[in-house]
Amino acid sequence: MLKSPTQSRPRTPLSVQKTKSKIEEQEAKFTLNAKDKYFAWAFLGPSLLILGVFIFYPMVRTLYLSLFLTNTVGKTTVFVGLSNYISLLTSADYLSSLGVTLFYVFAVTIITISLGLVLANLASKRLPGIGLFRTLFSATMGVSVSVAAIFWLFIFNPSTGFLSLISTFLHLPQIPWLTDPTAAMWAVIITTVWMNLGFTFLILLGAMTSVPTTLYEAANIEGASSRFQFFHITIPSISPTLFFVSIITLIESFKSFGLIDLMTKGGPTNATNMLVYRIYKDAFYSGNFAQASAESIILTVIIALFTLLQFKVLEKRVNY
Amino acid sequence: MDIVTKPKLSRRILDYTLLTVLALIVLAPFLIGLWTSFLPTMQIAQGNFLSTKVSFQNYIDAFTQTPIIRYLGNSLVISTATMIAQLIFCSMSAYAFVFLKFKGRKLLFTLFLATMMLPFEAEIIPNFQTVKAMGLLNTYSVMVIPFLTSAFGVFMLRQSFMQMPIELKEAADIEGLGHFQFYWKMVLPYNRIPLMTLGAYSFLGAWNQYLWPMLTTFSNDFRPVQNGLRQLQSEETFNDWGMIQATAAIVVIPTLIVLFIGQHYFKSGVNEGAVK
Amino acid sequence: MSITLRNVRKDYDAQTEVLKDISVKVETGEFFVIVGPSGCGKSTLLRMIAGLTPITAGEVSIDNTVVNDLPPKARKLTMVFQNYALFPFMNVWDNVAFGLKARKMDQADIKQRVDEALKMVNLTELAKRKPRELSGGQRQRVALARAVASDAKICLMDEPLSNLDAQLRIKMRQEIYALQRKLGLTLIYVTHDQVEAMTMADHIMVLNDQHVQQIGTPSEIYQNPANEFVAKFFGTPQINILNATRSKTDNHVLDVDSDLEIALDEEVPAENVKIGIRPDDMKVEATESVEANATIKNTGFLGDETIIYATLNSGEDIHVVVPGQVNYRIFQPIKVTADSNLMFFDKDGKRMNLSKEAYVHA
Repeated sequence: MLKSPTQSRPRTPLSVQKTKSKIEEQEAKFTLNAKDKYFAWAFLGPSLLILGVFIFYPMVRTLYLSLFLTNTVGKTTVFVGLSNYISLLTSADYLSSLGVTLFYVFAVTIITISLGLVLANLASKRLPGIGLFRTLFSATMGVSVSVAAIFWLFIFNPSTGFLSLISTFLHLPQIPWLTDPTAAMWAVIITTVWMNLGFTFLILLGAMTSVPTTLYEAANIEGASSRFQFFHITIPSISPTLFFVSIITLIESFKSFGLIDLMTKGGPTNATNMLVYRIYKDAFYSGNFAQASAESIILTVIIALFTLLQFKVLEKRVNY
Repeated sequence: MDIVTKPKLSRRILDYTLLTVLALIVLAPFLIGLWTSFLPTMQIAQGNFLSTKVSFQNYIDAFTQTPIIRYLGNSLVISTATMIAQLIFCSMSAYAFVFLKFKGRKLLFTLFLATMMLPFEAEIIPNFQTVKAMGLLNTYSVMVIPFLTSAFGVFMLRQSFMQMPIELKEAADIEGLGHFQFYWKMVLPYNRIPLMTLGAYSFLGAWNQYLWPMLTTFSNDFRPVQNGLRQLQSEETFNDWGMIQATAAIVVIPTLIVLFIGQHYFKSGVNEGAVK
Repeated sequence: MSITLRNVRKDYDAQTEVLKDISVKVETGEFFVIVGPSGCGKSTLLRMIAGLTPITAGEVSIDNTVVNDLPPKARKLTMVFQNYALFPFMNVWDNVAFGLKARKMDQADIKQRVDEALKMVNLTELAKRKPRELSGGQRQRVALARAVASDAKICLMDEPLSNLDAQLRIKMRQEIYALQRKLGLTLIYVTHDQVEAMTMADHIMVLNDQHVQQIGTPSEIYQNPANEFVAKFFGTPQINILNATRSKTDNHVLDVDSDLEIALDEEVPAENVKIGIRPDDMKVEATESVEANATIKNTGFLGDETIIYATLNSGEDIHVVVPGQVNYRIFQPIKVTADSNLMFFDKDGKRMNLSKEAYVHA
């Protein structure tokens, strides 16, 4: 009666099918249990409480404080509206902090990503013993901020440091690494890049090794140079990851505090006085809580914008 | 055959040379730090970098004259507590977002996501006032309580919980497993790897905290290691480079070991939580 | 244990209706297959019976007790899933014991049941393996063992064989059938594969487009399809559906085109009809004469028979199955004839000459 096991079945139009099964899927996660609501509050309660007290409330409170003048213990005195913001955004001092921070953030991001790409591209080759190099390149991931600061403070130390020894040995001019404004900025940038490098390398390597090898095989058959392959196959293939690490690096750099506190304390002459360090100084040294709150809000806006950008791009990627 | 392999061989030598040089540059700060940690401070101060007077004296000094062990212990307590708390609370929240149906689920999840946009660094003023009012200053709790949960952790675990086949939940429903049983017996074991990843992240995150402990701890009894090292630098030991380098080495070596063992989980975590 | 659905409906929201007005009775010990194309709502229907998905309207009863508000556990049934729903962190034995432990059965009892179930599906040696160490067929057996170990007499299966390759599928079909008969299970089996439905079912429910198209035994459904959809869904190669008109001169003659006419015992029910002819109810002969009414497009040799693809002079494509091997060249003219064993459908695809007794209800 039946001819062969191959099945022939009419198909509903694809679009209709798709939407239906999607709804089906969403619905299927749920059961009849009406008590879900109570479980939900029990399961979410602790996290909500913590986020409420330590993330949401302080954000509102910071916004509130930023609209007042405060006394030295942080109590509000006079409502001043936006004038904290206006005075900040018209103060050369603050604008220079903002400029310094932007320079630092973009320098760190560009250098970290470029070096990360170089290391990852080299380490993505299938060579015997490459695993050892991969491990070595990712080593700086295990370095915490204070350890990095100690290592590099010694390297940059003006009298006994490693770089000064090298300069003496090679009869090169001494660079006053931590006392010259420009050099101090670069010292902090170099240290940050070094700290970030392990993580960035590892993520980029992961992306590169998952690019299908057939793409490179096809390119090799066409005789494309390795340089051409890097820019026309590798980079486009890993672009989502590249974007992701760039934004993460950017955001983390905006929040830099530890290295600055450990290496330069914002100096010399405010050359490395970046946004978070400033907030800390203004609030906990000068007791100017209102102004520090306004600075916090500005920082939040900057970071929120970059985070939103990240979400938007990731969302796009999820959909396609 | 020769024609094919010959350029390959020179290419290989070039590759290995490049790899080695780059590895040396990346590792230089470690190597310099490690080397000087074995040199007497006098030799370092004189710029006598290639001295042969190598000894463990700096390490003995670091262990006996500084509270470095105490700092490490403090950090271990704080990081472990933070890790365990985040594993529990993040997984519970993620469970609710994936397996429970309730009003406002979407809104709440958006709210959780929104917290990822708010930097903790910008909230230190009210948070400091809060923990001060709670009487938590200079305790372990002050460094754990604000980090009992993390929006990133919830987000990451939600992503992996969503990848569980729906049929597992249905099979559990047919056998009458309640939510708590399903969470504990099925969801957690099923998601061991993402949980380990989150564990590693939260541990390392707590370990690397700097600003918050600096604001909230004043004594060596509670000071974690990052701030401990800062403390040592700012004290009279500042110019005792040999010993300072030894303390840094003492701190970094265990982390490096943990990292190399757990490397796999870091990688998968970043890919799961964010790029997917 | 019998299962009765009375006017069951499912909406996800006001706009999307997934299932409309489903009524059926599944008898105790029956092998009941729900078949339809993907997206037709068959899995949803199964989940409504299980209690995993709430129903919008209507009644589900098990043994004459309405179970609409009972949670899945209280309905005393087991379910086998397409992806088997095995817990990857448990070994085979624990996976089979899972349901029994969840129902807090006595330890000794659990051991006996699990061991017996594993024996029945030939997995005793693999009891300590993890699912990832098993082949697809072995995983499928673990899922079956779960159902066997349970004391529930109703078993629901959701496309249990669709992840297996063709060879294994045939083998597992027989195993499932044997188990069902041996244990006396009331089995509701969802599939999109008409062959599975035909070979295993006592009764088949055909679902499409949110509606029940037909319910009946395999031979009723094949020989007496209620509509064009059912006719096309069953049988490989697919039934030929052709447009035809009643001859102006004789009510018992049907004109498919000017060169092909079929004489019938019955009267042609309407002036314009669609007819369905199974490919093995047509005949083909080579001819060079003016009698030729089609040309060969292609032939496919299947071993014991040959499929002939041809184009009628009117331009409509047909396929015919003939026994053994035949040799035609492409574009060779042929004469196609059909015997009177054909079905009439109206312009909406509804069957016109349906024999009453064969048709349970739709």
